[in-house]
Amino acid sequence: MKLKTLLLGAAAAAVAAGSAIAEESITVVSWGGAYTKSQVEAYHKPWMANTGNKIISEDYNGGLAEVKAQVEAGNVTWDIVDVELSDAIRGCDEGLFEEIDHDSLPAGADGTPAKEDFIGLALHDCAVANIVWSTIFAYDSSVMPEGPTTIGDFFDLAKFPGKRGLRKSPKANLEMALSADGVPADKIYEVLSTPEGVDRAFAMLDKIKSEVVWWEAGAQPPQLLADGEVVLTTAYNGRIFNAIAGEDKPFVIVWDAQVFDVDLWAIPKGAPNKDLALDFLKFSTATEQLAAQAAWISYGPARLSSNALVASYHSKPDLDMKPHMPTAPANFKTAIANGFEFWADNQDELNERFNTWLAAN
Amino acid sequence: MVDQTAPVVTGTRPEPAAQKPSGPLVAADGTPLKRRLDQAMRVSRWRAFGLVAPLLAFILAVLIIPIIIFMGRGAYNPVYAERMPASTEAILAWDGNSPVTEEMAAAMVADLVVAREDKTIGKVATRVNQELSGTRSMFTSTARKAQKIEPPFLEGLIDANKKWASIETWQAIRVAATSVTPAYYLAALDFKYSGDGSVSRQHEDRRIHVTLFLRTLEIAAIVTLGALVLGYPVAWLLANLQARHANLLLILVLLPFWTSILVRTTAWIAMLQGQGVVNDLMVFSGANDVVLQIALIFNEYKDLTVTSLCANDVNGVMSGGEKALQSLSGQAEDGRTSCAASMVSAFQAGGAQAGVAEAERLAEQSKSWGFGDERFSLIYNKLGTLIAMIHILMPFMILPLYSVMKTIPPTYLRAAKSLGASNWTAFWRVYFPNTISGIGAGGLLVFILAIGYYITPALVGGQDGQMISNFIDFHMRRSLNWSLAAALGGVLLIFVMFLYWIYDRVVGIDKMKLG
Repeated sequence: MKLKTLLLGAAAAAVAAGSAIAEESITVVSWGGAYTKSQVEAYHKPWMANTGNKIISEDYNGGLAEVKAQVEAGNVTWDIVDVELSDAIRGCDEGLFEEIDHDSLPAGADGTPAKEDFIGLALHDCAVANIVWSTIFAYDSSVMPEGPTTIGDFFDLAKFPGKRGLRKSPKANLEMALSADGVPADKIYEVLSTPEGVDRAFAMLDKIKSEVVWWEAGAQPPQLLADGEVVLTTAYNGRIFNAIAGEDKPFVIVWDAQVFDVDLWAIPKGAPNKDLALDFLKFSTATEQLAAQAAWISYGPARLSSNALVASYHSKPDLDMKPHMPTAPANFKTAIANGFEFWADNQDELNERFNTWLAAN
Repeated sequence: MVDQTAPVVTGTRPEPAAQKPSGPLVAADGTPLKRRLDQAMRVSRWRAFGLVAPLLAFILAVLIIPIIIFMGRGAYNPVYAERMPASTEAILAWDGNSPVTEEMAAAMVADLVVAREDKTIGKVATRVNQELSGTRSMFTSTARKAQKIEPPFLEGLIDANKKWASIETWQAIRVAATSVTPAYYLAALDFKYSGDGSVSRQHEDRRIHVTLFLRTLEIAAIVTLGALVLGYPVAWLLANLQARHANLLLILVLLPFWTSILVRTTAWIAMLQGQGVVNDLMVFSGANDVVLQIALIFNEYKDLTVTSLCANDVNGVMSGGEKALQSLSGQAEDGRTSCAASMVSAFQAGGAQAGVAEAERLAEQSKSWGFGDERFSLIYNKLGTLIAMIHILMPFMILPLYSVMKTIPPTYLRAAKSLGASNWTAFWRVYFPNTISGIGAGGLLVFILAIGYYITPALVGGQDGQMISNFIDFHMRRSLNWSLAAALGGVLLIFVMFLYWIYDRVVGIDKMKLG
């Protein structure tokens, strides 16, 4: 009898504790590493301090597989996810994400309404952008004192011999290849929509194929450069910047033909704490938070009103972050906007072609 | 048992009349003994079954049923038919070749309106896009306008998006509308299933799965063979050393076995990479020159995929000139490569021209002899996958071999030798045949584990070390084409079962021994 009471008591306590946690904590899922760190510092900590709620931070590697599995099984455990634009669109079309009312987003610090304050790609039916990031290429200046300056150099094995790192995906690679072949930034997707254009991009990639080391996770390229495994590599600009600013690596970023994109918050359909997640979304995409994040990683804020507030790197007061943003005018001249519609339509076919090309020796 | 007792009871030998009456034996309460025995046996059978029932239920629930469901997913995809019922009916009634009719178009428009309202259009568009790329935006954009399309519907659709005019589009929809479809299993074998029911080979640019299945088999076979060749002597040592030494050796085998695969794979990256331990040792000892000269017999210099710090320095000077020489001079003296050192000394003695001339001399010399500090690409390719996998799977070969060798009495070999056999004959004719059961067990274990290997090739495989499981993962996580992933997994499973059947026929599964 005594044991039974004890067990019942313990069970009741466990239920109470479980519901207590469920009432005031949300699960925020992002990409890990320096990027999640910047979000924890700029979004999570102030939000927890403001509201008294808890955040459980989880990492993932992108893609919609987990969200799809959770929504289809009716057992959603994630409350809010950091997704790429093409995944946000696809997930929204497939009914995996909750819709978000743009009018409910707070206005900018300078009073601009949210719809005008966010940059072009940033607002979507089911998602709201927090940062602008880009795929660039970088080299180690201690290995190559006279480094490359254009995207053409990246594909020029005679001028810059040695291994190159590339992301194991057709995205950004095909755009950069065409750009190196002389296609202007605003014509890239027009050319890529024709079979001849795709052949042309692959022909460019063929030139360097034998010298490529393929990477998948964002943390790999700075490591490959630091280890001397490659002399040049494409990478996400924030990762290279953090290696330069945080670890004093002699890396140099080449901004020519950068392919820029946005990352967005999306709320999986049926999220257990939808209202709290929405509150977190509004809080974290406010002007001040986006500007604060830029002190931790060199990704551009998705709100125009944040730009004026972007200050210096958190541990180096004399390191101004503004020139290191993908959206800085000097870096932006030849930038290519990620063609999310093109990729939503053609990624299956191009992935297949890319994988076949990769597997053939 | 029960049957065997019957002839004894009703034996053919005639019984003396004075003894018990013929007929079945009965128990004390009058029931026939046969039935009583049956009852008693049934109870113990049920009890035995009760003991394994939890395990059976567990395996059924978490292994067998999910596998069946998932394999079914590769042949049954009702995404289109469930959400677009009217057009499914109209399109399936169509023969796939004659011109598109107005009824089909009308049904399509009606379905698009509903799908747009239900927010299911994305799923439908994704499904059709798997059959024909570029139809995704056609569906989503047409659905947005569908409400306003008026008869004639076919023209309305074509106005909304000109792709509706192409018969290929409708053929692709016809494939998608067929819920029970061989399309995925055919795609897993590089065939294409068309809307009119014909099957053809996939376009050359997209044939990949058969190549990958063959490569997966090749890698699994080499790994099995490698683990056997390297593991056999270790197992022999384990079985024949004194207990004290054998236990120590066993721990050396088991310690990596208990370590996470991820950790061991990452350790191999540190060992094998260009600036890693193995390459460092080769450069330090000069072994890399020997390897390079041997490899040059079969390959071109550029195909050896070597990296060379010397080459970097020389190329830097040849393209950068004086500036590059100055920056080399700025490096710490003990941090310089041999090429950098000779170029810097030429530069300091004779200026930039001499430095560049020295670089050109080194480059010319390297054409036949290399730079002397060549480093080989041992990782991020098939070689890296093989090395790491052989190491990781080795315990699965050693342990069954060891347990079998432990049971072979040492007297067998002594007897063979005392009868005049040479060492080799004694091993090959007496010892080796006794270990076949262990080789079978270890080989099958390693082969089946290797054929589905995933993490190691994903981390160290580069481009030519990828296996079919990496593509299953790709379709599960990236392209979200779960039906194709299921079909690829199904083909792999059927293939492994076929090999198992062959093994059973050739070697015999009852000969397998794990201990």
